Amino acid sequence: MVDTVKKFKGLSRELIALRIANELEDGSYVNLGIGIPTLVSDWIEGRDIVLQAELGMLNTGPLASREDVEQDLINASCQPVTELPGSSYFSENESFAMIRGGYMDVAVLGALQVSEKGDLAGWSNPERGLPEEIGNIGGSMDLAVGARKVIIAMMHTTNDGDYKIRKECTYPLTAQGVVDLIVTDLAVIEVTKKGLLLREVAPGVSAEDVQSVTEPELIVSRDLQEIQL
Amino acid sequence: MDKVYPDVDSVIADIPDGASIAIAGFFTAGTPIPLIQGLARQGAKDLTLICMQMGPGNEDIAQLFMNGQVKKAICNYPFYRSASRGANSPVEKAVRNGEVEMEVYPMGTFTEKLRAAGAGIAAFYTPTGVGTVVEGGKEKRKFGNREYLLETALKPDYSFVYAQKGDRMGNLTCHKTARNYNPEMAAAGKITIAAVENLVEIGEIDGDTVHIPGIYVQRVVKVDRPNYFPTID
Repeated sequence: MVDTVKKFKGLSRELIALRIANELEDGSYVNLGIGIPTLVSDWIEGRDIVLQAELGMLNTGPLASREDVEQDLINASCQPVTELPGSSYFSENESFAMIRGGYMDVAVLGALQVSEKGDLAGWSNPERGLPEEIGNIGGSMDLAVGARKVIIAMMHTTNDGDYKIRKECTYPLTAQGVVDLIVTDLAVIEVTKKGLLLREVAPGVSAEDVQSVTEPELIVSRDLQEIQL
Repeated sequence: MDKVYPDVDSVIADIPDGASIAIAGFFTAGTPIPLIQGLARQGAKDLTLICMQMGPGNEDIAQLFMNGQVKKAICNYPFYRSASRGANSPVEKAVRNGEVEMEVYPMGTFTEKLRAAGAGIAAFYTPTGVGTVVEGGKEKRKFGNREYLLETALKPDYSFVYAQKGDRMGNLTCHKTARNYNPEMAAAGKITIAAVENLVEIGEIDGDTVHIPGIYVQRVVKVDRPNYFPTID
């Protein structure tokens, strides 16, 4: 446990999502997980990015306003959405064939913990006290192993100030060695073969600050920058 | 050929105690809610339910747990996200108390187990779940430089599916994201029961728009469109 609760004021959840939206390349196919990842959709309207909803839709549009709500048109978070020109529908099975088949350029997922080797733990919090092999796996394990690039969107520490970026994950894994980039309220960190590379820090936050709330040793990029939004 | 039953109660009347039943739908979309409600009235017990969700976004399934009709749940997303809301859910209570056995699979594995059953495939290797608790005691095998898990087919006695439109032969057309698990579950079930919003005569569905060919569907029943939006938090 580290004693750093609310010591550093970083980006809001919305701005974490904006930083990730800026990371996405035009022309890419992207799946957004539940939580902060879903907020990325607010920042890509009008861009040439196709979102997949894993229940069986490509080119998912913005959330539906009250009068447009259709029971048969929802995203994977059970929110009513809209369609866009070029939207398509297919079965859940085809959706996951697409995901495992390597067609998703990017999956943006939430996480409870990420290790310095890029292991991801995101589907089960043991503190809930359920049997260890059951929980809400959802599409996370398939997305983590299937997407070409996995970006994690999360707060840097737990509400109690405990490390979420760790030497080893202590929570049940979603997948091993899959994470490429971690974007938090405090930093942008790339998972490399040599270790975690600190590329960007939030305004007013130093590399030392980020290190103090990160368990493994960070490699500080030679051109460390402030996060640009 | 006419597979139409007069009502929900008659179409599910013969489901015995101990049956395994796949129930399609992704939260609210494409879920055959009237058939689930019928099952609660019908009262079959010791059921194995195969359904993505077991409570969040599907209060009618939770009712089957409250009735004590469920022996085992094979699923993907069984619990509310909120721990406090989950603690009060009949599904989570039944699991915590050891009254119901539960197996959870990654979403892609879950649907592929059903697809395999419908396609005469006994088992398949998937990269999903390697290095996680999903491994259990399953066979692991390397193809190229990557490891895969052996997962087996899952064949239900009955499948409950939902379609926006169906004809008397059981040809079905789904609507937007309500298609989800319906095609694979229809093919997997030994007896597949389709709840359709619009029952039409043979020839009224353009064959190019059929998502589920009638060969997979043994029974059809017309239902009123269930209309509500639960939350999964």
